Amino acid sequence: MALLEIDQIDVFYGDVQVVFGLSLHVEEGEVVSIIGGNGAGKSTLLRTISGLIQPRRGEIRFEGNPIQRLPPEEIVARGIVQVPEGRRLFSLMSVEDNLIVGAYNRRADEKKQQTIEEVYALFPRLRERTAQLAMTLSGGEQQMVAIGRGLMALPKILMLDEPSLGLAPLLIRDIFDTVRKIADQGTTVLMVEQDVRHSLSLSDRGYVLEHGRTAMEGPAQQLLDNPHIKTAYLGL
Amino acid sequence: MLFIIEDTINGILMGSIYGLAALGLTVIFGVLKVINFAHGSLLMVGMYVAYWAVLLTGMHPYLSLVVVVPVMFVFGYLLQDILIKPIFKSEKEVREPITVIIVTTGVWYILDNLALLIFGPQYRNIQDNPLRGKMLEIGDMMVSVPKLWGFFTALATALVIYLFLRKTRMGRAVRATSLDRDAASLQGINQYRIYNIAFGMGTAVAGVAGVTLVPFYNVFPTVGVLFDIKCFIIVVLGGLGSIGGALLGGMIIGVIESVGPQFMTATWTEAIVYALFLAFLFLKPSGLFGVKYDW
Repeated sequence: MALLEIDQIDVFYGDVQVVFGLSLHVEEGEVVSIIGGNGAGKSTLLRTISGLIQPRRGEIRFEGNPIQRLPPEEIVARGIVQVPEGRRLFSLMSVEDNLIVGAYNRRADEKKQQTIEEVYALFPRLRERTAQLAMTLSGGEQQMVAIGRGLMALPKILMLDEPSLGLAPLLIRDIFDTVRKIADQGTTVLMVEQDVRHSLSLSDRGYVLEHGRTAMEGPAQQLLDNPHIKTAYLGL
Repeated sequence: MLFIIEDTINGILMGSIYGLAALGLTVIFGVLKVINFAHGSLLMVGMYVAYWAVLLTGMHPYLSLVVVVPVMFVFGYLLQDILIKPIFKSEKEVREPITVIIVTTGVWYILDNLALLIFGPQYRNIQDNPLRGKMLEIGDMMVSVPKLWGFFTALATALVIYLFLRKTRMGRAVRATSLDRDAASLQGINQYRIYNIAFGMGTAVAGVAGVTLVPFYNVFPTVGVLFDIKCFIIVVLGGLGSIGGALLGGMIIGVIESVGPQFMTATWTEAIVYALFLAFLFLKPSGLFGVKYDW
């Protein structure tokens, strides 16, 4: 049984359909990338998994149970945690408060002192900035807080929506290294990215989304070697 | 000269009670992003609850807080849960659903008229309470004792709310929701529950303001209207969503109202208050302590 299974979902914004009969699955311990251009439906997919939008048809199963009708807070409580696109930090709250809010769900709340130490160990920079307001941080530091806040919820699966967005190339490498580290510590990762080369090279498998449909799927290395991906996404 | 100092002090005291009433409004606005037009009516309900609690049991007016605060919290919580939440749910994509303003206006009319129906139009006050008409003499100056109690209550309430928002798990969730409700949902926070709690808190604070007024103020069905408009002005003056701003804004209005009449006809002070309000809207719409950034 896959940890997360998406079965033939259709998602609409009002009358406009954005996701068409999409299926995918993520096994425990895997790192899976979803790649695709703007408007392919990648973020919509993550928002649907998180319960911010409900699919009109199809089923989403987590640990075997359907979750597509649950509210977002219940989905977080079950262990599906999203680090949203553009980071979405609580701008007027301190770094520490941002992290603590991440551990809001009951399961994580009990262990928050321990988890926050782990997050600071992963991002030593944040320990120096605990009292600083989130909006005064640099882009890279903000992404660290966003990922740290996601980890505070003790995710069984961590979903990252474009973690490299708007960061300098050097920082992008740092962030992807961190994602690899998180995965190596045993967290399952589902990542949406436009930086195809970096994200696929650290993933086990990948899906290519085009116009709200799965255009291709397979082991990450195989996708990287695929001629269509080379021309369309890697510019080779 | 002395009488100006005396008026200033009494203005600050009365103003802090205005600020206390506005504090409830600012808490609700800060989180739900909608103006609650029923706020004055909630204050009125709080005053009636306090009035009856004191009259029926003969307790000290301030002791009625133990009744008023929980009753008003539950009242506000349910009001939001039953009447306002469905609108937020059906207008999910709208950031500041204007329909909520219309509904709260409806709540205002219904509450005011219910009070008229049940309690009648007469002005009620508690004649024999230990605070009524008490004056504190400082040299040649007279300071109103019930307003002094109100002043300290306002400070204490503001401090409690501040600490709640800063230091507690629920308080952090309220702040997070007020800053970005979708992002808060993604942290496992039930935003509708937070709305209920914020509305309950705002209503409870209106109740506290009601308690501070009961010892020296008349209770009648439309008493809220007098405070409603003042609250809006104070909240704009102090900055929407700012706790300190609400108190300071209230004090400014209180001082204008009490010192003004020494120099002009009392009714003119209202003109000054409104002029100040307009000036702020033109020059510093974010208010004294409001954040320029969206929150």
